[in-house]
Amino acid sequence: MSDNPPGETFPLTRHSVLLAAQSDDPAERSRAIEVISAAYWKPVYKYARMKWNLAPEDAADFTQEFFTRLLEREFLDSYDSSKGRLRTFLRACADRLFMNQLRDSKRLKRGAGSEHFTLDFEEAEREFATVHRSESPEDCFDKEWVRSLFSLGVQRLRVSCENGGKTIHFRLFERYDLDEADPKASYTQLAGEFGLAATDVTNYLSFARREFRRCVLDQLREMTATEEEFRREAQSLLGVDVK
Amino acid sequence: MKQLSDKIVAKLQADMQAPDLAGTCYSLVRYLARGGMGSVWLVEDTVLHRRVALKVLDLVAPADDLAARLLQEARILAGLEHPGIVPVHDAGTLPDGRAFYCMKFVEGQTLAQHIAGKNLPDRLRLLERIAEPVDFAHARGFIHRDLKPENIMIGAFGEVLVMDWGLAKVGATGLKLPSHKTITSAEPVQPSSRTPSPTTSRVTGQGRVLGTPGYMSPEQARGDTEVDYRTDIFSLGALLRFVLTGCTPGEKSAADSNVPRPLHAICGKAMAADPNARYQSARQMTADIAHYLNGESVSAYPENLIERAGRIYTRHRTAVILVAVYLLMRALFILFARR
Repeated sequence: MSDNPPGETFPLTRHSVLLAAQSDDPAERSRAIEVISAAYWKPVYKYARMKWNLAPEDAADFTQEFFTRLLEREFLDSYDSSKGRLRTFLRACADRLFMNQLRDSKRLKRGAGSEHFTLDFEEAEREFATVHRSESPEDCFDKEWVRSLFSLGVQRLRVSCENGGKTIHFRLFERYDLDEADPKASYTQLAGEFGLAATDVTNYLSFARREFRRCVLDQLREMTATEEEFRREAQSLLGVDVK
Repeated sequence: MKQLSDKIVAKLQADMQAPDLAGTCYSLVRYLARGGMGSVWLVEDTVLHRRVALKVLDLVAPADDLAARLLQEARILAGLEHPGIVPVHDAGTLPDGRAFYCMKFVEGQTLAQHIAGKNLPDRLRLLERIAEPVDFAHARGFIHRDLKPENIMIGAFGEVLVMDWGLAKVGATGLKLPSHKTITSAEPVQPSSRTPSPTTSRVTGQGRVLGTPGYMSPEQARGDTEVDYRTDIFSLGALLRFVLTGCTPGEKSAADSNVPRPLHAICGKAMAADPNARYQSARQMTADIAHYLNGESVSAYPENLIERAGRIYTRHRTAVILVAVYLLMRALFILFARR
């Protein structure tokens, strides 16, 4: 079953996270929700901050509450992949949760003080300060989802490279593809910096990018329910207008 | 981990979609365009030092039928050596598993850009040149099935190229394609092969509708499995209307009223709902256009006596005037002679 690269923390077959999240086994469900929350907590937090203008601590409580409910199978049992994307479904769930809390005047009743997930809200808040206010909350949610997915892809790549004895490949990737330095270091400069031939830099970066692509797509595949949804999300992730 | 900025995310997205050219003789230059099956990239052939266009499937395109279609397209193009059809140079599978083929990089204008400012005869001659490669393909048993303005390019030296044979199929004449072994990812990319354009019987699903609304024939739009080369005749008719009016099919335009009736009739005949009522070849259609350009009668338009006289007058204006003047002079001479 496990064709996952070494270092994966959640040995799953493809498309199994959602199944696991609907499992009767609490331990399996908990691990699956952790995987889902890793990709979605920042989108949910920032969405709550932006759409309902919640204070940082309220948005943090709302996010905790949201994933607690996910863990308690309140939402995912009704998810049908043929009717829409998980991403859209979860955003709608956040809307519903907020409206219910507002209606019942029990806002943050369970979330406050009961932290099931270890999430760095301070970091999320710092990031939120850079969000363009002209964006719609929905666009912000989608954009944050892409960012989360890529961040998880980078983490996977690091683990994969470290376990495969290719740390230098990852460091080059980090240095060249993730660094915003302007002007960007040339391949020749990197070769000097890392003590490599320029052709090695080309090959190592090529390898890292290919692996990164695989990591992101693997991550995405786990977060989708069906092959069709995976393809739709991948098309959306990669964008139609590649420039 | 530090947050990935919007700029970095955008770059990673672009990198993910870019073809993996490691170990091939190509190096990436830039993104060019999107097609139905994937994207087209400008790449440098590092062996021959020339730029070519690389058409590659999307990263997550359904592996089954699209890869086969892309390679079929490449083979169809390879089998159609004509100045009006972009040559294919290479085909295979990239290290990332995506099917690709390489073709000549065409720099030029689209049909819409090119016809702007052109006079009527120039536009008609352009259509004749579009029909030439189509007729050539038909003679070899291939049907394009997606002729539309976006698939016509006019090169820097005025060459007219019919692009995107991705929907092409072997027509009713049943010309057999040479059998090619399947190219798999295990095979090395062959740097020796080059030149673009896809040609092969399409692995289209039976009864699936493929084409562009407005430019595809009614039978193609219905998903008929037995469409033949006359579906391209319909598309040529739609293209003729486009070059005459700048309008897409179905779009009403005031320019329609300025189109001479014989040309209207040629469009109408080419776009007849019944394939039997259309021109039975692209050559027949261009012959009618040539007749019009030469001031001759066209088969699609039965003219009345006045129109015929008008056409003859227009075509032989000098001779008609000379004869008329002669007759007038003669009449006057006779008149004065009798007095």
